Amino acid sequence: MLIDTVLFYMFAALVLGGGVLTITRRNAVHSAISLIVSLLGVAGLYLLQQAEFLFAVQIVLYVGGIMVLFLFVIMLVNLDLAAKERQFNKQWLVALAAVAAVAAEIGYFIYRGKDAFHIAEPATMALAPPALGNTEMLADTLFSEYLLPFEIASILLLVAVVGAVVMAKKRI
Amino acid sequence: MPASFTSAADLIRLLPEIILTVMGTFLMVLDPILHKRSSRAFGHLSILALAGGIGGSVYAYAHAGPAFGGMLMVDGFATFFRVLVMVVGILTVLPSYRFLNRQDAETSEYHALLLFSIAGQCLMAAANELIIVFIGLEISSIASYVLAGYLRDDKRANEASLKYFLLGSFATAFFLYGVALIYGSTGSVNLIAVRAAISGQNAPEPVFLGLAAALMFVGLGFKVSAAPFQIWAPDVYQGAPTPVAAFLSAGPKAAAFAVFLRIFMTAFEPIGGGWEPLVWISALLSMTIGNFAALLQSNVKRMLAYSSIAHAGYVLVALTARSETGTAAAMFYLAAYALMNIGAFAVVSHLSGRGERYQNIDDLAGLGQKQPLTAAMLAIFLLSLIGVPLTGGFFGKFYIFKAALDSHLYWLAVLGLLNSAVAAYYYLRILVMMYMHEPGEAVEAVEPLSLGLRAALILPAMGTLFLGIFPAWVLDFAGKSAALVK
Repeated sequence: MLIDTVLFYMFAALVLGGGVLTITRRNAVHSAISLIVSLLGVAGLYLLQQAEFLFAVQIVLYVGGIMVLFLFVIMLVNLDLAAKERQFNKQWLVALAAVAAVAAEIGYFIYRGKDAFHIAEPATMALAPPALGNTEMLADTLFSEYLLPFEIASILLLVAVVGAVVMAKKRI
Repeated sequence: MPASFTSAADLIRLLPEIILTVMGTFLMVLDPILHKRSSRAFGHLSILALAGGIGGSVYAYAHAGPAFGGMLMVDGFATFFRVLVMVVGILTVLPSYRFLNRQDAETSEYHALLLFSIAGQCLMAAANELIIVFIGLEISSIASYVLAGYLRDDKRANEASLKYFLLGSFATAFFLYGVALIYGSTGSVNLIAVRAAISGQNAPEPVFLGLAAALMFVGLGFKVSAAPFQIWAPDVYQGAPTPVAAFLSAGPKAAAFAVFLRIFMTAFEPIGGGWEPLVWISALLSMTIGNFAALLQSNVKRMLAYSSIAHAGYVLVALTARSETGTAAAMFYLAAYALMNIGAFAVVSHLSGRGERYQNIDDLAGLGQKQPLTAAMLAIFLLSLIGVPLTGGFFGKFYIFKAALDSHLYWLAVLGLLNSAVAAYYYLRILVMMYMHEPGEAVEAVEPLSLGLRAALILPAMGTLFLGIFPAWVLDFAGKSAALVK
């Protein structure tokens, strides 16, 4: 248990530290790398919750795929020039107000306790004995119960890709 | 967990969507193989797929029932809207031949995106679960964003596409927030299960439900261009290629209304008293804003856009009635509206010329002398949009206001009727322009009707007259299907 708690605080520190660095660095590459650190921390938190699948997806998709793409795009723009420009992050007041609002919400929730709110009953799935791992159970559900949404989501992606190509082609 | 993945019956009930997506993909594979000169084949194949899709949905209706564990509900209601959006698809492809040829922009992607968009709308029509609604809505919307900006070198098309994309994404986000709240408070996204949870013993807090219903109303209200979420419609319809504008004003709108009816009449029926005032206000605002703004327009496409906002208001009146007759009236009206509106847009597409120069009401001057057939067809569509007897529009309005009166919505019915009187002015203005003025530059330059355009004008005109003379045929089916949405 102790090691869990220690790990939790370590990963939480990674998430928050990475997040703060992401918005305070002037150099866009540094920001992107800090964001990767933050996302890795989130992946660690998933693993602590026994969500192995989300952990893998977080690393493969976000860190491996999306962030690398981000870095490529950032490297295409002229960084030295951008670092000297006036940056659009002087919105401390708005940000503080938003943080205060979220903190108040969470505080109220903790103060009342989770029983005070009528939220949906826990899904029956979670009560089944964990004979299978998280990933297997997810695959089972995805390819049987949720087969149709899974398949039509691929059509959605196809439409998005075709649309992007149509918009980007030199001439129609 | 049952081991059976899908049964043959599941696939049969998904047949129209399968046909459309397979053909859409096939068209893009065909593109590099086919010679540039034979690009008309894309249109032929699209029409073939849509006709096959209509056949498929009729066949699926013969095997009606839930599919994929209750995610889809293939019933009369779903079949009605599936056939409707595919008919809209065919009527969009027909004027597209000439239009794309004139703009020198004939590609397989145009037709593929159109087919995908229609497949998304078919999914929405049959969806019985909010996940499917959401994915169907996104497939349909993303394809339409791209279609709206399809003529990329045109500034107005760019503006239309960007506006539509940004506002549309916001609207979808609103809808998704609503879905999340429903899932959070009832533990299910299946519409029937949600209904059971809402009306059951320990119903979730009304605050959550009300918020969810309101958020979903915002999302869907945008998609059907109901006031106060109608701002995008005139700019998008004006900037989009005319056949696409015709499609946007009929297809996605009909599908969004199908979802609207299904969600609010099936899932949220137990809290009907709560959402009725919202829809009431939105209906009145849509009718009034649409009709009065249309009076001031000089561009035909903008005028039709405002008129389409007003027509969304009429359908919302039927929704406010919260009854089976109301649902049936909305279905009938959407069918009639789709035919007459898409026909009117086809005429605009025919007249607009290369680069869509001629879009003003003045440009229609003297059309009656130069091309009597085109003018006569446009006259039928406009008379139907006004709601003159013997056309589909008349019975559509008649059933809607009858349903409103049956549900004791006297004020809304009276205000709606007054609104349709206002609307007559701007439709009649076009008729006067066509028949009582000398031909102008635009009409002198007009090309003879091609076969595709001829079909695109005559088929909806025949449909409009058919609905106006034999309304019972469609209305009976709508009435039977409306009973299923409960």
